[in-house]
Amino acid sequence: MEAKPIKHLSKEESAGYDRKTLDYIRNAAAHGLYEIRGMGAKRKLPNFDDLVFLGASLSRYALEGYREKCSTKTILGTRFAKKPIELETPITIAGMSFGALSANVKEALGRAATEVGTSTTTGDGGMTPEERLSSKTLVYQCLPSRYGFNPDDVRRADAIEVVIGQGAKPGGGGMLLGQKVSARVAGMRTLPAGVDQRSACRHPDWTGPDDLAIKIQELREMTDWEKPIYVKVGATRTFNDVKLAVHAGADVIVVDGMQGGTAATQTCFIEHIGIPTLAALRQAVDALEDLDMKGKVQLIISGGVRTGPDVAKALAMGADAVAIGQGVMIAMGCNGETYCQGGQHHSAIADYAALGTAPGFCHHCHTGKCPVGITTQDEILEQRLEPMVGAKHLKNYLKTLNMELTTIARACGKQNVHHLEREDLVALTVEAAAMARLPLAGTSWVPGFSGY
Amino acid sequence: MENLTFDLAQTSLRELNQFLHNDAKKGEVDKVTVLNPDGAHNIAVGLDCPVTVEVHGHAGYYAGGMNKTARVVIHGSAGTGVGENMMSGVVHVKGFASNGAGASAHGGLLVIDGDAGLRCGISLKGGDIVVGGSVGSFSAFMAQAGRMVICGDAGDALGDSLYEAVLYVRGNIKSMGADTQIEPMSDADYAAVADLLRQAGIEHNPKEFKRVASKRELYYWNADANQEY
Repeated sequence: MEAKPIKHLSKEESAGYDRKTLDYIRNAAAHGLYEIRGMGAKRKLPNFDDLVFLGASLSRYALEGYREKCSTKTILGTRFAKKPIELETPITIAGMSFGALSANVKEALGRAATEVGTSTTTGDGGMTPEERLSSKTLVYQCLPSRYGFNPDDVRRADAIEVVIGQGAKPGGGGMLLGQKVSARVAGMRTLPAGVDQRSACRHPDWTGPDDLAIKIQELREMTDWEKPIYVKVGATRTFNDVKLAVHAGADVIVVDGMQGGTAATQTCFIEHIGIPTLAALRQAVDALEDLDMKGKVQLIISGGVRTGPDVAKALAMGADAVAIGQGVMIAMGCNGETYCQGGQHHSAIADYAALGTAPGFCHHCHTGKCPVGITTQDEILEQRLEPMVGAKHLKNYLKTLNMELTTIARACGKQNVHHLEREDLVALTVEAAAMARLPLAGTSWVPGFSGY
Repeated sequence: MENLTFDLAQTSLRELNQFLHNDAKKGEVDKVTVLNPDGAHNIAVGLDCPVTVEVHGHAGYYAGGMNKTARVVIHGSAGTGVGENMMSGVVHVKGFASNGAGASAHGGLLVIDGDAGLRCGISLKGGDIVVGGSVGSFSAFMAQAGRMVICGDAGDALGDSLYEAVLYVRGNIKSMGADTQIEPMSDADYAAVADLLRQAGIEHNPKEFKRVASKRELYYWNADANQEY
């Protein structure tokens, strides 16, 4: 008698060779080039969501959430600069280039930041008049490429940020594919229009921390010691890097974790180089405390800071401020189904589909064909982000984060958000507890530090 | 018009630079002499007026860095990054220059009478550099615009990943960088070399120079480019 055919109830997908890996191998075989994309790490990582605040109760005294004062004032650059940066909030806008973003977006960032009393930051490619005019407080980046780097803009800036690396690609330079190297972008960067621009990964005129000390002194001499000098590092050997940046004379250190975004880089960089923001923040604070520099050199953390609770947790762990890039773009419409132009909402879904993606999944900043007009230099697409509309949404987002931040601070009994402290936090997972060196909730266990 | 002297054995670098940024801009002084520089870093950085600064001795890093319109003359040798990111004006090193001379210069003229170290003219963005002697390896790396005249030899990987900058070399080139080639000299090239040599005060026959420029094969991603990027 023949065996009865078996009806299989499931098909087994390989964990090692899953659909994502098949796509990867097929893409490599078809093109002979690595995948390039925008945004930050997509993999699941221990992050601020894995921490919770203890809040006040019998053992701590809460503040009235709606009435009592809670200061968010933030001062950056108190170590050497004659004119430190004074902000109304510890939430700043991360460095993003004109080129990666349209001029309209840079203007919107400046407008929103100015209204809420925070700073914006230039990017690879120099300072545009739009962003200088619209930003009350503008941080000017000095990058390895030195594209558009100009002593007049150094003098026009409110602070200088020497960029060693960024969280999405520590050890790598910037990248801007030809479709975004428009005539204006190319002119600012002294490049032939349309080239696939790959920036240098190291500065041209210094190597190592001892040289950096002299470079920082040059920028100070250049600006008569007025402007704060920031040093930005991608999160890798953060404990050592922060110490070296302090040694080199930084006023402010910016640490960008691996969740930090980019307008374009290799996926292998985004997902496989660098450490999570949570781990980097703890190492950075350790380094400052080790050198007795906590409070003297200010620390800005970035990379996956999205919400008010994220900001509050970053401050409690020891950051003085945060910088936000991707959240800011999403507030302006990135990955949204529609864009708002001429007072009306228009569907962008067909344009996402043309890129082979959909709202919520898009990381196609590198193509320059942003369906909502943010990461583009295309004359038609860039009109989809109107500066006033973008600025309004961004202002709302930043205000919301600030309200959440003060709400949490008050609940923890703090009159100043900078008074949030590590003791206010516990971790929900063993991984987060180990990285942040906080006790697992309901225990006194800090993995790796309490004996076992 | 006055000639003012700053003796760095007596006066701080800060006072010198503050003077050059503020008082010199008022136009009452057209020449500043710097004595006993003793290798100090950041001498005459960020100048923004047509003053002449004569440095008698050796300068450290970034002498004349980010210069606009001024003329900075170093009667000695210069450390790393001399004339880095200059926009206009002249920086003239009478002796030798260390690494990264003229890095990322957007304009102006850098003259080095002696040899220059590694990465001379790296990231050049429109400035002109004339080197009386030889340059070290990786010179003109990723140079985007501007011209370099090298009267002696060039080290390894000259002009690696060059964009639109043009290099003129009189001596031997140890090796070429990725995406560079030697091209025939045109009449315009001879005229350019002659003009730059004249400005630098260095005498050579332009006919002895060869032209190095980008092959422009790495301007775009290309799977068949054998990973030369």
